Amino acid sequence: MRSIRAAAVGAVTMSLALAATACGGGSSSGSGSNDSPKTLTYWASNQGASISVDKKVLQPELDKFERRTGIKVKLEVVPWSDLLNRILTATTSGQGPDVLNIGNTWSASLQATGALQPWDAKNFGKIGGRDRFVDSALGSTGAEGKDPAAVPLYSMAYALYYNKKIFADAGIGKPPATWDELVADGRKIKAKGKSVLGAEGANVSENIHHVFVFAKQHGADFFTADGKPDFTNPKVVEAIKAYVDLMAKDKVIPTGDAEYAQNQSVSDFAKGKQAMLLWQTAASNLKSQGMSEDDYGVAPVPVRSGTPGTGAQTNSMVAGINIAVFRNSHNLDGAAKFVKFMTSDEEQKILNKAYTTIPPVKAALQDPAFSDPATVVLKQTLATSAAALPQVAAESQFETAVGTAVKELFADAAAGRAVTTDSVKAELEKAQQQMPAA
Amino acid sequence: MTTTALKEPVRETSPGAAREPRPRTGRIRRIGLPYLLLLPALLLELLVHLVPMVIGIVMSFKELTQFYIRDWGTAPWSGLGNYKVSVDFDAPVGEALLHSFFVTVGFTLLSVALCWLIGTAAAIYMQDTFRGRGLLRALFLVPYALPVYTAVITWVFMFQHDNGLVNHVLHDQLHLTDRPSFWLIGDNSFYALLTVSVWKGWPFAFLIVMAGLQNIPKELYEAAALDGAGIWQQVRRITLPSLRPVNQVLVLVLFLWTFNDFNTPYVLFGKAAPESADLISVHIYQASFVTWNFGTGSAMSVLLLLFLLVVTGVYLLFTSRGRRAADA
Repeated sequence: MRSIRAAAVGAVTMSLALAATACGGGSSSGSGSNDSPKTLTYWASNQGASISVDKKVLQPELDKFERRTGIKVKLEVVPWSDLLNRILTATTSGQGPDVLNIGNTWSASLQATGALQPWDAKNFGKIGGRDRFVDSALGSTGAEGKDPAAVPLYSMAYALYYNKKIFADAGIGKPPATWDELVADGRKIKAKGKSVLGAEGANVSENIHHVFVFAKQHGADFFTADGKPDFTNPKVVEAIKAYVDLMAKDKVIPTGDAEYAQNQSVSDFAKGKQAMLLWQTAASNLKSQGMSEDDYGVAPVPVRSGTPGTGAQTNSMVAGINIAVFRNSHNLDGAAKFVKFMTSDEEQKILNKAYTTIPPVKAALQDPAFSDPATVVLKQTLATSAAALPQVAAESQFETAVGTAVKELFADAAAGRAVTTDSVKAELEKAQQQMPAA
Repeated sequence: MTTTALKEPVRETSPGAAREPRPRTGRIRRIGLPYLLLLPALLLELLVHLVPMVIGIVMSFKELTQFYIRDWGTAPWSGLGNYKVSVDFDAPVGEALLHSFFVTVGFTLLSVALCWLIGTAAAIYMQDTFRGRGLLRALFLVPYALPVYTAVITWVFMFQHDNGLVNHVLHDQLHLTDRPSFWLIGDNSFYALLTVSVWKGWPFAFLIVMAGLQNIPKELYEAAALDGAGIWQQVRRITLPSLRPVNQVLVLVLFLWTFNDFNTPYVLFGKAAPESADLISVHIYQASFVTWNFGTGSAMSVLLLLFLLVVTGVYLLFTSRGRRAADA
């Protein structure tokens, strides 16, 4: 009797133990087909202020597509916090969408899994050719020398958003062009009782986007030329320390921001509590939070000295969203048609206007709608001073490992602990050790 | 105990019945029936629990990185490679796993102890009838009844540094801290996690102990009271010994649930848990989903499973031995 019960409890234990951790799944070597030519499933990323905003933007376009082709598109807007996991799960099980949006920095990592259909010359031909797209955007579609894993859909760049009224009250004439100027302006702003600069200290991806730019400005790279992680390189350490020092030493980022991960810094800015924000294409987000376009200005992200450009003058990552076709799709032809539709000049204008992003399609970029001062700053940045994040297979792991290290460093700074070259190096060492050995 | 009672008649009637040929089929039918009835459950159990478990164990012997997940049958076998990496405590991966393990053990012991203590104390207090008892009982069960996500996300808001309720009370109103504390990052996150875990877990202990208390005959207390035993003595000499079997199961279940809890830390801290609150379930999740190395993640899961099996086995051995001694 007892042994039976023990066995039962043992079985229950085993179930409990593995239920949380075991990830089932079936192998899926099958490739795509055209078995169901009348429907498509589309996973859109969350571009608008909320998922319902996205549905409102996208649904009319999907209806238009259905009228023209007779293909019904089932839309699911997937929040950013879930998107990569959902894609990974779909990859493992082979059950996924037909067409999906991916963050462009994931391109090389997802390319390595083989889950996405490569865009060779033939596939590019179906959507009007590779030449239609802007070069910088194509630079973030997969590892160099391989056929892209996705095509650019929306482009974005970082800019410095500043509150005009706070600047005027503090007697600051123009937005800072260098970090030293930003820190100096910060003193004037704090004297007026406002916080200076927002950050999302606990948001791993945001951290990566910023330290990537800081690394560029310090002449450092996270990966060696042959693709090996090189996080403890003294220049990388220096760059990351410089970024965290904006909170630890320069005190322009409030300590409270160390735990921000849900865009609270955007709200702080929109509510007029905070003078500056470094963000990618924030216009639609700020608008939805009730901030009028007249209340803020947009300037290039500061550099260490001089003006933005290439190399050490880089002041943004090439941010953006790519659209990809899932290799196991049961409607490959329909998927190609849909990608062609979404990247057509007409749709590019409509969608990028709605999201206040920049079209990565050359012809659409010429539209006068994309020539307001704010968009011009972003366009200029993308064209002249933005660099693509490392296009290596381990990019996603790098984002998590280093982004987490920066989060821990912000936590130290917030708790009043010293952030030293050694402590930064120690965190980065840990991050590097988590990277795949390959 | 009920199974014993059910089985007894079968064993008694069957030898006699087996002698005659006709009832033989009846006997087979009678013996087969329970198995037939169990079959659907057994199949589902296989499908839902055992198959994924076996797959998980198989995965732990493979080098299942991002290059193979699409067709993971083709992933190369890595033998004990994943296990070696996981238990090499001098190397970073093993060291981090060990750290996470110790954090989890400490967290689990504290959480289970507090859940049990609060739950038992509340259940004992609730034994006496008084006005509003039903209302309080219902109120106490609310944390248990709330969906985990809703409950924990509310705690996230309360633990916010700038606008959170916790800092408002501790710092702004009671002036207990020099400056507002961070609860969701840094060292305090351990206490934040413990608080939420105990808040979420004790109503279950309360419920189970309350049910156990109903089975203790009132006469025992009356007799003890006549003999001059105080409340504390009654609790120590009557209540706790009578609750022993209930407590044995309760503590085990609480231990397993807390040790494996994934939702609470995940909702509280997101994908990257602070070091001081790096529970093993989230750690394993991170080792597999975030670094895309499912082989190592599976190996860690299997190690966790073995550990829990050993703990459970030892626990059951000791408690049943104790009970046998008590029965004798």
